[in-house]
Amino acid sequence: MSHTGYHPVLDPALAPPFPKAVLPVLRNPQLRKNVAHAIDVIQAKRARLVTEKADWQELRTSGAAIRDHALANLGTYLEQFEDRCTAAGGTVHWAADAAEARRIILSILKQESASEVIKIKTMTSAEIQLNPFLEAAGVKAYETDLAEIILQLGNEEPSHIVVPALHVNRSQVRDIFAQSMGLQNLSDDPKALTAAARSYLRKKFLTVPTAISGANFLVAETGAVAVVESEGNGRMCLTLPRTMITLAGIEKVIPRFQDLEVMLQVLARSATGERMNPYTSIWSGVTPGDGPQHFHVVLLDNGRSSILAKKTERQTLRCIRCAACMNSCPVYRQTGGHAYGSVYPGPIGAILTPQLMQMNHAQSLPYASSLCGACYEVCPVKINIPEVLLELRSQVVNQERRHPTKFFDPMYLGMRAANLAFSQAWLFHAAQFFGRMGLKLFTGRDGWIHHLPSLGGKWTQTRDLRGLPKQPFHTWWAARQKETK
Amino acid sequence: MRASLFITCYNDTLFPETGRAVVRLLERLGVELDFHPKQTCCGQMHANTGFRGEAFCQAKRFVRMYQETDVVVIPSSSCVAMIRDQYPGLFEELGNEELRRQLATLLPRVFELSEFLVDKIGVEDVGAYFPHRVTYHASCHGLRAIHLGDRPWRLMEKVRGMEQVPLPNLDRCCGFGGTFSVKNAEVSSAMLGVKLQDVMSTRAEFCTALDNSCLMHLGGAMHRQYAGMRTIHLAEILASTETEPAEALR
Repeated sequence: MSHTGYHPVLDPALAPPFPKAVLPVLRNPQLRKNVAHAIDVIQAKRARLVTEKADWQELRTSGAAIRDHALANLGTYLEQFEDRCTAAGGTVHWAADAAEARRIILSILKQESASEVIKIKTMTSAEIQLNPFLEAAGVKAYETDLAEIILQLGNEEPSHIVVPALHVNRSQVRDIFAQSMGLQNLSDDPKALTAAARSYLRKKFLTVPTAISGANFLVAETGAVAVVESEGNGRMCLTLPRTMITLAGIEKVIPRFQDLEVMLQVLARSATGERMNPYTSIWSGVTPGDGPQHFHVVLLDNGRSSILAKKTERQTLRCIRCAACMNSCPVYRQTGGHAYGSVYPGPIGAILTPQLMQMNHAQSLPYASSLCGACYEVCPVKINIPEVLLELRSQVVNQERRHPTKFFDPMYLGMRAANLAFSQAWLFHAAQFFGRMGLKLFTGRDGWIHHLPSLGGKWTQTRDLRGLPKQPFHTWWAARQKETK
Repeated sequence: MRASLFITCYNDTLFPETGRAVVRLLERLGVELDFHPKQTCCGQMHANTGFRGEAFCQAKRFVRMYQETDVVVIPSSSCVAMIRDQYPGLFEELGNEELRRQLATLLPRVFELSEFLVDKIGVEDVGAYFPHRVTYHASCHGLRAIHLGDRPWRLMEKVRGMEQVPLPNLDRCCGFGGTFSVKNAEVSSAMLGVKLQDVMSTRAEFCTALDNSCLMHLGGAMHRQYAGMRTIHLAEILASTETEPAEALR
């Protein structure tokens, strides 16, 4: 049992569908309180900082244009990145999928005879499930980001891409640290907690010579990698170790160094509600006598190029992982991240995860949205998430409707019947008549329906429905026309 | 002015009083209303659930039906959003050039009710009287898809006797989301619970909106919980006068 009361599955191939996965969360008031409080705070900060930029909409437009241009010329810019990075002393590896990326990273670690590795926060490594793989191969990975330490020591799973331990509150952090670090008298004062984390981390920084990072951006022009963070642990990983391995999705590339001007502005404000993030590290290859002397970049595809090939879905790859969409999402606000069964939760996860799974898993995620559009409104690179959700929904329907078991599924039956009814007015009017007759059986004396069978029961489990009125509007209109004539 | 009323399938079936109010309101303002007897649905339910082929059939039907019409008025912001945001993509995907052209000429003539009043007729004071405490729920589609902006407030300000109470967290979804409310009924209900707290905190007598789908959701929960509040479409408030009060009050 974990400290937050349950242990979720974050593997899209194994996770239960979203409507099932949400149930333990919805029954967990502490968790829901933690999530709602945390994102309300971040969202309010973001809103304040966005209003102070008069050119915010122009910045979004630029951000989207820079990302689109990079994606439209992805091959060119990735090769340019490889050339420049190699010239600067780095080694670039290409990984078609998660398994290949894991193999490459392990073989580098083997060359280094590493039995331990320290890590800067990277969601991409969680995507390829790197830590358990390394552990099984005899390499212990130590997270150095405070939130990631909390998760690792508490045997928790990330529930957010920027603030991965947002579902854990201060007193739960105290319990995790007290137990795993053997500090029985630890208080839940933030200062005491960070001090505990610091002394835990210091040992790792000083003794582990190999590090793994992700990348916020890859700069094609200079072959540089950029990582933004708040705590300085990343800076430590970039200073002390002998070897650095950076794992990055192929979509992370931007053409020019100057593009960071736009990207860093929109990222910090959208992600943490700060004008600028506290630590921005940008490094190219290897510099003798300064920082890691062996530098590897693993470029990961893992389904990304197939997303790139599709017109509507392509915009998904603009994402800069700021998490503004999940912070603004009314669904995420209730469920937190675990129910999405993926390391990428929230609205972006709902479109990214099924696509990374080539639509073979996570088909319930495109439906995990009320299509309210709040995500699109805040997205700093203007990803029209509702549009992509609808595209993926239609793909799911096309997959499912051929399936014999779905033929008599109430949802599919209802949709086919409704389509028939809407095709002709007289059929629609007949359906209204028979619908009213049928619902009469369930309508109470007060004229309201309190219980319905089948799918309707999903409505009436928390809501009443007013009984159908005797006269639909069109009948009233027709009668009125007759009278006036 | 002549205008044709597209009542929408769920208003026709579930909320005919909204339709009657639109008729009273617009005729009072001198609009000559038509009603195409063969109208059914805009296709939103199918499109939003992923049944794109079916949605296309409804979209085609709508565009063919209203091709020759001067002005179409729709008292449902989400149906207007469907027509504006999704029809072009549907016709493009299915490669129907003729429908695309017809849609392009039709779209500027399709109005949501508050747009029709404020932009097309140019009226804000519709002569309404509604002596009640009311809070307005800006539905997501009205707010973020078709950008109704301050139109609803401009109309509400001129309603005599009405006290308008601002709704906290106005931009937050009520959790309806069409088939989302049954496909993800538990999350939808959790969202509804939060929204209802905000709505009830206004201590209004009525919660109004320009979309009966949100109101069906909120109203269904209010009825279940014996809450001291009811829902009413804004058209019914705007149609209400001293001599002919809203049907909900009779």
